[in-house]
Amino acid sequence: MAIETVAPPASKRARRRVRPVEILAVVLVLVILARGPLAALVSNPRLATWMTVFVSVLVQATPFLVLGVLLSAAIAVYVPRSFWARALPRHPVLAVPAAGLAGVVLPGCECGSVPIAGALIRRGVTPAAALAFLLAAPAINPVVLTATAIAFPKNPGMVVGRAGASLLVAVLMGWMWLRLGKEKWIKLPHRPEYDGMPRFQAFVAACRHDVMHAGGFLVIGAAAAATINVTVPQAWMQSLAGNAVLAVITLALLAVLLSICSEADAFVAASLSTFSLTARLVFLVVGPMVDLKLIAMQSGVFGRGFAWRFAPATLVMAILVGTAFGTVLL
Amino acid sequence: MLLLGGAILRIAITGSYQRYVKHGLRPLLLLAGAFLVIMAVLTLWYEIRVRHPGGHSHEPGVGWLLLLPALVLLTLSPPALSSFAAAKAGTVVVSSQSDYPPLPPGNPAPVKLLDYSARAIYDSGRSLTGRTVRLDGFVTPGPGGHPVLARIVLTCCAADGRPVKVGLDGKAPTGLPTGTWIQADGVYSTRTGNDPINKAKIPYLTVTAWQEIPTPQDPYD
Repeated sequence: MAIETVAPPASKRARRRVRPVEILAVVLVLVILARGPLAALVSNPRLATWMTVFVSVLVQATPFLVLGVLLSAAIAVYVPRSFWARALPRHPVLAVPAAGLAGVVLPGCECGSVPIAGALIRRGVTPAAALAFLLAAPAINPVVLTATAIAFPKNPGMVVGRAGASLLVAVLMGWMWLRLGKEKWIKLPHRPEYDGMPRFQAFVAACRHDVMHAGGFLVIGAAAAATINVTVPQAWMQSLAGNAVLAVITLALLAVLLSICSEADAFVAASLSTFSLTARLVFLVVGPMVDLKLIAMQSGVFGRGFAWRFAPATLVMAILVGTAFGTVLL
Repeated sequence: MLLLGGAILRIAITGSYQRYVKHGLRPLLLLAGAFLVIMAVLTLWYEIRVRHPGGHSHEPGVGWLLLLPALVLLTLSPPALSSFAAAKAGTVVVSSQSDYPPLPPGNPAPVKLLDYSARAIYDSGRSLTGRTVRLDGFVTPGPGGHPVLARIVLTCCAADGRPVKVGLDGKAPTGLPTGTWIQADGVYSTRTGNDPINKAKIPYLTVTAWQEIPTPQDPYD
């Protein structure tokens, strides 16, 4: 901060907004001073595990978030609006499955697809198609399906079921949005227009905005997931595994709460061995579409009104379709 | 503030990142960390030199939350998952492999816990007979409260970490505090047990000797 040579009137000074950098400096000093007591917290095993899980969810998600942000910034700045009108089928009913299938090419997990879907809507893609992409991409890409095949070597039906059920849920949700959705539910946050800026500067600004935004909500989601991970005893859940209906519901809720990356959830499902295969398929279908960190990110990127309607509807749809596929295939 | 985001990654990458994620993720982490740092530098550059045409841009306030993990990583560097997590979850269900290559040379032969479990459960210990193996892991309570040797298996990150457990027979260590890392030498035992949490099978090792070891650099199996 520059030294002020002329003292401003007292009233003016009082009204001056505290600058972010100043807050940052204070926080840093406090943290350094409080380091001793904070370090003592780490010796508590429960809290230490919480922090490890919290940090590791973020460390794990960062590369995928960055990939998603890069793609979404590229969409926002370099791809002209007219491109999407030509790339997708004109009729929204057909655009939905096309966008869902396009999810195959994004080899990542769910953190990356939220900013991409946001950028697509901004660029004039019909929301229903962007949402189908959002739901399908993390579940049906080759990386995730390969991981599923490795985790369930004796049940190839798991891979087929996962791909089929996830795609179907994505498409059904897209169509449902066409019939029931209201544009006003989606409130894309205000963000500066980049059209006037030089291209590269606009690209940097878009990237930074998305990292700050989606990243901030990812922190909230990671904290929630870590809390669940530490507090829910698995032994208690196992007692619910015996009942077919309860097993499905338990694992669906567990998928929401644990918020595991879609590339890893198959291995976790494999270790939940007391549950039926159908219940575990539901776990795999729900996980990449609805979970705590996604809900947090979606309410940030699309607005709260959207997230509170979309997430429960997707959850119910995923449970129904997942159970149907599981009953037929497994 | 983005600079901080970049800095965490840099630090995590110096080696302690292995506590949180699979080491295969390292190149991606390097790229992402570098990207964040470059973005932060560019942002500062534009902020100072270029000045936005349309005045100051408003940052989303929620972005400040990114400070939290950065500070946790920089100042506290949380430890790797260990016995607390292991005691909470059932053992990994090892998958069978098509063939079991001969154990690595050496007497005792170093074997991973996951590998030992697969050989013991699916191959009925055939590829283990006649050899002494060396397993590294930490001590945690198992079936009936008796200590078992465990190690956490990661697929992606610590959020999906699950323990793999091997029971200890023979000259099993007693009275060690939970979470102590030991190196156990021993031979295949036909005994198996069930993890009380998920009823999965746990193989046993007949211990002939053991010693305490420090926590390894890559603590996961």
